[in-house]
Amino acid sequence: MERLLLSGNEAVARGARDVGVARGVGYPGTPSSEILEVFHRLGGAAAWAPNEKVAAEVALGVAFARARALVTMKHVGLNVAADVLFTSAYSGVDGALVLAVADDPGLASSQNEQDTRRYAVAAGVPLLEPSDSQEAYDFTRLAFELSERWHVPVILRLTTRICHSSTVVCCDAPAVPPPAPVFVRNIPQRVMVPGHARAAHQRLRQKLSELAAWNEVSGPNRRWPGSSELGIIASGVAVQYAREAAPDAAIFQVGLSHPLPIQAIRDFVASVSRAVVIEENDPCMADAIRAAGLTIDSAPAMYRQGELTVGRVRRILAGDASAEPVPAARRPPQLCQGCPHRRVFEILKKHDCIVAGDIGCYTLAALPPLSAMDIQICMGASIGVGLGLRHVLPREQAMRVVSVIGDSTFVHSGLTGLAEMAYNVPDTGHVLLILDNATTAMTGRQQHPGTGYRLDQTPTNRLDYVALARAMNIANVAQFDPVRETDALEQALVEALQKAELTVLVARRPCILIPAGKS
Amino acid sequence: MMIDSVTNFRIVGLGGMGVLTASQIVAQVFFRQGYAVKKAEVHGMSQRGASVCSDVRVGPQVWSPTIPAGEVGYLVLLDPQERPLYEAELRPQAVVLEPAMIEKARLPHSRALNVAMLGVLSRHFQIPGAAWLEVIREVFPPRLHAANEAAFLAGCDSP
Repeated sequence: MERLLLSGNEAVARGARDVGVARGVGYPGTPSSEILEVFHRLGGAAAWAPNEKVAAEVALGVAFARARALVTMKHVGLNVAADVLFTSAYSGVDGALVLAVADDPGLASSQNEQDTRRYAVAAGVPLLEPSDSQEAYDFTRLAFELSERWHVPVILRLTTRICHSSTVVCCDAPAVPPPAPVFVRNIPQRVMVPGHARAAHQRLRQKLSELAAWNEVSGPNRRWPGSSELGIIASGVAVQYAREAAPDAAIFQVGLSHPLPIQAIRDFVASVSRAVVIEENDPCMADAIRAAGLTIDSAPAMYRQGELTVGRVRRILAGDASAEPVPAARRPPQLCQGCPHRRVFEILKKHDCIVAGDIGCYTLAALPPLSAMDIQICMGASIGVGLGLRHVLPREQAMRVVSVIGDSTFVHSGLTGLAEMAYNVPDTGHVLLILDNATTAMTGRQQHPGTGYRLDQTPTNRLDYVALARAMNIANVAQFDPVRETDALEQALVEALQKAELTVLVARRPCILIPAGKS
Repeated sequence: MMIDSVTNFRIVGLGGMGVLTASQIVAQVFFRQGYAVKKAEVHGMSQRGASVCSDVRVGPQVWSPTIPAGEVGYLVLLDPQERPLYEAELRPQAVVLEPAMIEKARLPHSRALNVAMLGVLSRHFQIPGAAWLEVIREVFPPRLHAANEAAFLAGCDSP
């Protein structure tokens, strides 16, 4: 038996390899990024897509061809891919489609703490929650089994602590041979016009009720015997904290939390004098269990924010809602010394620009001492938000608005923003700065369609931002090296800020962390 | 010494100092001795000068991947200035290891400090140096073997 020490991400990749995944597709996002990189190293066909929606669409095509597909993303990526999720839940799949989605309770590296479990309920798809790397491996395999058996997409919900903790894994189950891809026409099932979709919705609800029945009896849920005084219902990494915080408690571990095994939970609650639900992020299970008419305790509202810990679980069990000790301030991250982004933001600061920013390393420019970014919300928003400001601000302020976006983020969600810029031109025009450091730097330097290389480092077509902006009829387009041509870049920006026209400036210089010869 | 209850290591420093590499080595060394091991860390900020910390927990059975408050048994500091952040996390009689324990002249390169600190740490356990060196050689590319082996031995010999 192979005994390994694997991170949750490595375990998901290995599970995908062992279950014969034909293609893994995703967009990098902490804490999910390593899954596809490891899958590739294990011999799997893995690719970075421009964004999560495209990744999910490619994967859906794979699954329509009776093959097995894995999509990876961070929690906010599912917002982008949600359109695919909701209607592929109706159409179902012929092979298997699994979305590994990594939540970030505590915001280690994210813009919000949204809970992916809400999506499973909203879209009507099963959702698995591993509590360590062994289960990350086992549940990955199970997710493909369930997807294939019920012809439905399945979400594997990970969290930062699962993705980036290493625990012992035994991978002894035999590898599953992959099915042979084939196209079989089935128009009513795959063309979601209203007449077809009504029947498809009915089929989805039928599948979910079958899955719920299966989950009651055969689901990956586990009952640990313990005291009849205290019973804990937990999922994900919270199971580990509960085991340590209350070693004598009886525990019901929910592995498949949508659809919830409500009868099994009802039996468990009846077997103890006090039942407490421990879950990270939103009170999804607690609400559903209460809605089923059961009496349980759950965490005071304050524990909805931040990660759980053994200490916090002890407090929840004690009903302690007093203020928690404030953790000591840690040194914040900053742009690297020599980072080409620094030059650009020094210029923007000098000219008192109103900067609609975006997501990437360069978001660090919002922090002191630079403090040179005014807005950052979601991938690609810099362009639309910048345009909105330009449309309504008084002319003096509007003329200072600049949208700033990184290369990978521009490809992810900036293309349509640029189309909007060319289409609904503000009276003052607009200025877009594309910071092209030839990589997806913040998540660990992954390739993207603007680098000319694929995930496996083989060369491919490279998207040309200058040609693209010209093709969209942007009047002024230029490219500069922000380190070698700092003055020219500054002059071009100043000129752009003075005229009521559209300008796209590309600041192109590779990230200093890219090994020489790689860009 | 044999480990019969959970032993908790926390390795801390700043991004770029090799905190995650050091914790990977500690985790692998104890894992190969047959222990249950869990290692926790947060990625994403490691190249950018931020505080970085990684927990390794070792024992016959480990639940939480992170160390509960007040239960750090071994604190390995790659940057002594980070110490105040973790003082309250220490167990009574915790072992705190600082870079000052390494004889500077014997450190082949400042970047090998992380491995040198593991040499200091290794003296608290009856695991042969060869077991540590085996993992160190697997973690680093061959061109860095000599420097890291020398750093580890410098840590082992620290006063």
